[in-house]
Amino acid sequence: MTQSVKQEHHAAEIDIFGFWTYILSDCILFASLFAVFAVLHHNTYAGASIKASIQLPYILLETLVLLSSSFTYGLGILALYQQQTKMLLFYLFFTLFLGCLFVGLELNEFVHLYMEGQSWQSSAAFSAFFTLVGTHGLHVSLGIIWMLVLFIQILFFGPNAFMQKRLTYLGLFWAFLDIIWIFVFTIVYLMEAI
Amino acid sequence: MSHPEQVARNDKKNKKTLSSYVLGFVLSLVLTLAAFRLAEQHLLTGTSLYIALTFLALMQLGVQSLCFLRLNMSEEGRWNLFPFLFSIFIIAILAGGSLWIMYHLNINMQQ
Repeated sequence: MTQSVKQEHHAAEIDIFGFWTYILSDCILFASLFAVFAVLHHNTYAGASIKASIQLPYILLETLVLLSSSFTYGLGILALYQQQTKMLLFYLFFTLFLGCLFVGLELNEFVHLYMEGQSWQSSAAFSAFFTLVGTHGLHVSLGIIWMLVLFIQILFFGPNAFMQKRLTYLGLFWAFLDIIWIFVFTIVYLMEAI
Repeated sequence: MSHPEQVARNDKKNKKTLSSYVLGFVLSLVLTLAAFRLAEQHLLTGTSLYIALTFLALMQLGVQSLCFLRLNMSEEGRWNLFPFLFSIFIIAILAGGSLWIMYHLNINMQQ
């Protein structure tokens, strides 16, 4: 490795470290939302409990969709390393599809809750619920827009060094959203439904 | 990059990455389905069920951090690993502390 290549590699490492620091601070944001939910989840203002409106199999489907999207994104990154642009675009498209499916399922769940008369104004418990789950959904939606932009950029410019860096950032972000969802699934849905 | 030695090394690295992704995916699936079955069919009761679900979620956190985020102890990986561990520490204080305080306030208000 020549000196300049080494330095370039080092600069890329530092950039990724910066993005990693952002993700960790986002984790702390989610931790405070989880803490709020854990404190308020019984305060239903004499209305229906969260437990009554949870359908576990539906939530399991959402979980599996998001988990698969993390895996297909990983396969896309591998196609990038092997310089197979078509496979990369295919996997990105598949990941986009799964991401949209996840957000669609979640919106459908929210609409159903609203029809049953549960909105974020019903009680402290539902405020905490919608804030936590909604913030995660908002992150996934932004990730989808980001992925769409990268998809179009790769179509036009091919997977150059810039695109590789951007895809690495998005990969970290996407894996992070999957990890947050594990805890949403466990704490908000499974533990609440018991 | 077209050096045959380099290509062979990249191939090996890619295979390792692929097996790590597949392993991560399969383990995550198993852990998710196990947690779902536990909660759905009430295979355990009371506190032990909560402990089991927490344990499964933490296992999955570990699996995904190692297999998808590729956290490791290599010289470069350590730069990502230590801030990660520090964040977990902060999160434990933030979430654990909030619950502890609010639980005590709740008990004192009942008296």
